[in-house]
Amino acid sequence: MSVKTEDFDALIIGGGGAGLRAALQLAQSGLNTAVVSKVFPTRSHTVSAQGGITCAIQSDDPDDRWQWHMYDTVKGSDYIGDQEAIEYMCREGPKAVYELEHIGLPFSRNPDGRIYQRPFGGQSRDFGRGGQAARTCAAADRTGHALLHTLYQANLKAGARFLNEWFAVDLIVSGASGAVCGVVAIDIATGDVTALRSRVTVLATGGAGRIYQSTTNAHINTGDGMGMALRAGYPAQDMEMWQFHPTGIHGAGVLVTEGCRGEGGYLINRDGERFMERYAPNALDLASRDVVARSMVLEMLDGRGCGENSDHVMLKLDHLGEDVLNARLPGICELSKTFAHVDPARAPIPVVPTCHYMMGGIPTNIHGQALQVDDEKGDSVIDGLYAAGEVACVSVHGANRLGGNSLLDLIVFGRAAGLHIEEHNRSGDLPEANFSEEDLAPALERLGRLERQTGESVSQVREELQRIMQNHFGVFREGDFMREGIAKLDTLRGALDNLAVSDTSKVFNTARIEAIELQNLFEVAYATAISAERREESRGAHARNDFTERDDENWLAHSVYHPETRTLGRRSVNFDLNHIESDEREWFEPQQRTY
Amino acid sequence: MLKVSVYRYNPETDERPYMQDYELEIPGGRDVMVLDAMHLLKEQDQTLSFRRSCREGVCGSDGVNMNGRNGLACIVPLSEVVRGNRLSLRPLPGLPVVRDLVVDMEQFYSQYEKIRPYLIHDAPPPPERERLQSPEDRDKLDGLYECILCACCSTSCPSFWWNPDKFLGPAALLQAWRFIADSRDTATSERLAQLDDLYSLYRCHGIMNCVAACPKGLNPTKAIGQIRNKLIASG
Repeated sequence: MSVKTEDFDALIIGGGGAGLRAALQLAQSGLNTAVVSKVFPTRSHTVSAQGGITCAIQSDDPDDRWQWHMYDTVKGSDYIGDQEAIEYMCREGPKAVYELEHIGLPFSRNPDGRIYQRPFGGQSRDFGRGGQAARTCAAADRTGHALLHTLYQANLKAGARFLNEWFAVDLIVSGASGAVCGVVAIDIATGDVTALRSRVTVLATGGAGRIYQSTTNAHINTGDGMGMALRAGYPAQDMEMWQFHPTGIHGAGVLVTEGCRGEGGYLINRDGERFMERYAPNALDLASRDVVARSMVLEMLDGRGCGENSDHVMLKLDHLGEDVLNARLPGICELSKTFAHVDPARAPIPVVPTCHYMMGGIPTNIHGQALQVDDEKGDSVIDGLYAAGEVACVSVHGANRLGGNSLLDLIVFGRAAGLHIEEHNRSGDLPEANFSEEDLAPALERLGRLERQTGESVSQVREELQRIMQNHFGVFREGDFMREGIAKLDTLRGALDNLAVSDTSKVFNTARIEAIELQNLFEVAYATAISAERREESRGAHARNDFTERDDENWLAHSVYHPETRTLGRRSVNFDLNHIESDEREWFEPQQRTY
Repeated sequence: MLKVSVYRYNPETDERPYMQDYELEIPGGRDVMVLDAMHLLKEQDQTLSFRRSCREGVCGSDGVNMNGRNGLACIVPLSEVVRGNRLSLRPLPGLPVVRDLVVDMEQFYSQYEKIRPYLIHDAPPPPERERLQSPEDRDKLDGLYECILCACCSTSCPSFWWNPDKFLGPAALLQAWRFIADSRDTATSERLAQLDDLYSLYRCHGIMNCVAACPKGLNPTKAIGQIRNKLIASG
């Protein structure tokens, strides 16, 4: 089977915040670039981000410092966030946030006209000594929507090219040079398959929360970039680290922003008790997300949860008054009425920890270049491949991401990848992309296997996968039980090569797309399962009943999953500080983590 | 059993569109969202095509016509639209159908692009600082910037059905006003001049279907009125 080919200098896979920020940089560079997005860009999951973008812009507090933001982020990461990357993000952050304002983002404002900032979890002043900080820049509770639309608009202004509703199937890896030379993609509207040849490819495909049954993530969050990278044999880092957001609406999974607690809301159990006083006496409901989520589960397990089955707790907001709710949290009021049938001005919202964010991903350096990791030889750059945003693990979130840091990650590292590609182009260092017909074979064969009309049901296999992950790899984990989960996944793997796609048409065949997405979900789930079972300690979001303590001696390290051998290696955490004064360095050493 | 009648059209096999009837058992008889019902239908019949993404009413993918009413399938519970145990699902009216419930949004997007939906400003922004905007000026953008481009409004508008290439339609006009109303934008007179012809703006006859259809509670008719007032005032 021969396919047509189209040529580019740079391709960006994914039209969310990271992809559009990288695209904006490249649209201004004169390079021949395009964004390949399986949905129209403003349908990407960035649109659902609510609370804001955390950054020390010194609006709420003129004395705020990026070093304090960095301290919080390092502590939040439970010390396996790479400090060079966190330093870069917190230091470059203000520049990137001001750029968003300059291109039109409608931030909420303070009386003095500056950008409004609200308190978020895990934030402090003066390296944890100065109490709660308010560092999250917000556009009401629709910051992601405002950010994504503004970036799309700026890309229109800059004349960026979009291949909308094109689905990237697999990376094209040159057998001769080993470089990534673009992607094989389907134009969903026509069903036509094209080899998009490109000198560089930026994966900005977002997360994969749909590996779990209960998730705040959109239907489209199926880990497509991770699936592509893992199938190409590239490693995945810290895949056991999944964030369960404390406040997903019970039953629906829809997100309720941490900004609710930032504005003064708090959690109560069946007795009406503000139970976070017992678990985090200082930070209370604004402790880190992993801490709050675990406290909630413990309350429920101890029978102090709400409802007949003690399977949720309540988020109380009514004391804030209707004016504050309407001005600061209008989107939450809407979502709560629609999905919980509750008006938060009158009654509390039933909430439960819900899968929200993938801290792990494709390991990259601070320029977004994807890395091959060899346990003996160390890191090397994968020619032609970049990753930014949730699909990447640069790693600024380590074992637990702080609220408001994901939007910052998107724009800082989307921008960094764009800048780096621009620079490489100027210096003539962009690699040449040459591939042979044989290099296309794996992707085309895979597509060929999805033309069977009988076999396993996509929706049933997906449900089974989600059930396994939910039951065996949730908030609390245990070795034996995880090994049972891995055995179930091994059994399920056979079904993945035998999926039935009874829709045989070419035009807008979503059944075929869902089958490919399911294969991507499976790769992510499997990497998660192996990594979780092998990391024998509790750190950040990874909590084990059989290894309850953090083990810095053995595990102050990234885990690295190798897909070809399905084994787990380790990679050192980067502790390089380039801009921190020597008398402040002690703050970034691993310490006991309490809130 | 819920009786669902769905608009079907596959350009590869169908000469013309038709309505296909399904019977649907909702597990536990719960009052699920229309999108949940659509997913159950797709489990029965993989060949049914529709768009969806966030499932919480913020991405704007799943605008469809439910028993005659435009809306987002993911935030409309069955109890709100089902009448006499029947639900009819059709694509948004007035746009070409790609397949089943999937419409070709090109015309809609190109009207949006025409209003230059981005901030235009003469002076370079302050370096390493945001532009200032008073909370009162920022308040003027509320009810405008929240648009999710779902097209429920424009595809419920008879004027847009009639002249989809020349009348900008409620969604694009709401965004036109969003930028005129922004204290940071300096292109007001050019923006107004661009709208001052027989069709772009003035084909709005105040029917207000757009207001009834908007799933985010926005009011394009009001925005159009404000553009008109501004045009009159600028003489």
